[in-house]
Amino acid sequence: MHNQRAPLFHLAKRTSLSPARAWTIRLASFVVAILIGGLIFLLLGDDPVSAYGAIITGSLGKKVAIRQTVKIAVPLLGTALAIAPCFKMRFWNIGAEGQITAGAIGATFFALNYYDKLPSPVLLIVMGLAGAVCGAFWAFIPAFFKARWGTNETLFTLMMNYIVIGLVKWLQGGPWEGKPGSQIIPNFASSAVLPKVFGIHCGWIIVLILTIFIYVYMRYSKHGYEIAVVGESENTARYAGMSVARITIRTMLLSGAISGLVGYMVASGANMTLYYSVADGVGFTAITVAWLAQLNPFAMIAISFLLAILDKGASTLQTVMNVPASISDIITGIFLFCMLASEFFINYRLVFRHDSGKEAVSE
Amino acid sequence: MMGVINLVFNAILNGTPLMFGTMGESLTEKSGNLNLGVEGMMYMGGAFGLAGAFYYEKLTGGGSGILAVLIAIACSFLAGAIGALIYSFITITLRANQNVTGLALAIFGTGIGQFVGEYMRNVEGGYVAVSNELKNFFQASPFPRFLQDIPVVGKLIFGHNVFVYLGVILAVLMAFYINRTRYGLNLRATGESPATADAAGINVIKYKYLATVIGGGISAIGGMVYIMTIAGCVWNHEGLSGEGWLAVALVIFCLWRPLNTIWGSALFGALIIMYLRVHLPIPSEIYKILPYVVTVAVLVFTSLRKKKENQPPESLGLSYFREDR
Repeated sequence: MHNQRAPLFHLAKRTSLSPARAWTIRLASFVVAILIGGLIFLLLGDDPVSAYGAIITGSLGKKVAIRQTVKIAVPLLGTALAIAPCFKMRFWNIGAEGQITAGAIGATFFALNYYDKLPSPVLLIVMGLAGAVCGAFWAFIPAFFKARWGTNETLFTLMMNYIVIGLVKWLQGGPWEGKPGSQIIPNFASSAVLPKVFGIHCGWIIVLILTIFIYVYMRYSKHGYEIAVVGESENTARYAGMSVARITIRTMLLSGAISGLVGYMVASGANMTLYYSVADGVGFTAITVAWLAQLNPFAMIAISFLLAILDKGASTLQTVMNVPASISDIITGIFLFCMLASEFFINYRLVFRHDSGKEAVSE
Repeated sequence: MMGVINLVFNAILNGTPLMFGTMGESLTEKSGNLNLGVEGMMYMGGAFGLAGAFYYEKLTGGGSGILAVLIAIACSFLAGAIGALIYSFITITLRANQNVTGLALAIFGTGIGQFVGEYMRNVEGGYVAVSNELKNFFQASPFPRFLQDIPVVGKLIFGHNVFVYLGVILAVLMAFYINRTRYGLNLRATGESPATADAAGINVIKYKYLATVIGGGISAIGGMVYIMTIAGCVWNHEGLSGEGWLAVALVIFCLWRPLNTIWGSALFGALIIMYLRVHLPIPSEIYKILPYVVTVAVLVFTSLRKKKENQPPESLGLSYFREDR
């Protein structure tokens, strides 16, 4: 009889769920997101099937389109890889946007000043190193304060974004301005532009190498293990004799360096110049990519590609069906919401009142 | 003298959207929820607030100005509240990560705001703006002329648009609610230590939901205030971009206290426009990053001092799982 007083259902943490079932749930959430997105197209008076069709053909229909989609996916994937170790450590680095921008500044400095003094391959390597160093430096500042005084890293890294973006605006209109009054930094000389492989700047190769590197680093290295321990419990890490401060700073240096490299790739490979929106929200979107991929580098490839398809496809949608391109942000948002929500059903299950007796036996 | 008065006046004008954005986010963060979607909610508020006023005028062919202001407030509040409700459902009920969900809301909300803004422009033939009579209700002072004409103090005290006064009233009410009532105490307890609050019989889930949803609505009003006052009642997504993030910064600067937002927002407003008014040998772009630099300084300084009453709410950014013990 006491069951009558128990709530209708309660939540129980799942002890384990086979990866196959977990990914089935994620796939289901993906389908739900597509349906909700379709509903929005219906509300706008457009046919959902042809709208999604336009997104697919616009992003994958032609060789040129595929190249552009990959070009959008590259910085997303690269930055998600940069963020993964931080989030594993439960260090909420939302400053990738700024670290990308800082890296782009470093690379641009050498592109503008040494394009005629160094041979192209050397210049490109120097630019990459400069990008990594600048990105790492920008990440080091909040990491240092977090490690030393426990300063809130979420808010600190967020503020750092806007400081460095402001610096680029100043560089654009000041010291690095091309034509006076143009507010534009001149295009890089061809020696400072990343070469193309299969029609896309070779950043995609760098990012794929980084994917494997991060996978190995997080899963098989001592550093990766330390990051995981700090993320689970700082006290445990301290008890085991690890220096939490050193691990925090080291991980952020790595994260910032990778973000900086992404900034270098975007400036040198895609834009061939530097402007203030070089990161263009990638630092934020990449956080959702990393999180939805469960910090798994290979899943990040799929998710960053999916978001790139939406982004590129939506611009086609605008020209074909006269729907504002901001629809891509809406649909991306719906996808993110659905996939975030689906994690709940992977981690928890509802236990209803009438079967609570049986549960007690089976658990 | 005139220059100083103008600077202060314009600082307050430019700070008002931030004041609403910040108050809303302060309320949200007091419950332990770090909603990084302020930017998105302010976009939604801006677009729907403009839409509310515009379509009200279009349908009634004129209509009452006061009603238009109220409708704009209600529309923007609702838009932000719905955004915050999505966030609340995913983080509180479904227990997802707050940072990631907040960023998703920022992406989603800016998308919705921009979409509605552009869509209206397409449907209405290129230009969406309310009539000048109606604009007056949003932009002119609600006080009679003779009060505003008092030398020196007249403009500074009575010359602002109606939202400045609404914002100040709201800040006072909110400070009273948070610091002087039982409900406010419960809310703070929820943000500091939800497990303790729960054990004391406080309905943690209810407080988190209400604070976040109402806070989101208030933040969104800020977006509407920007569009209807500074942007001149036309959709201007470039002007609005960054306001939400600045509001997140201002929450820290004001140390999560509603009363501080009154002068804090005016100060940030001054920093935003100072490059136009005060000529120092610093490039204007460097001026514009000052609000963020100042915020970082405050953040570092409070973490160094470790003064208890200046810290962020203890459980800020962490989801509460009752079953996790």
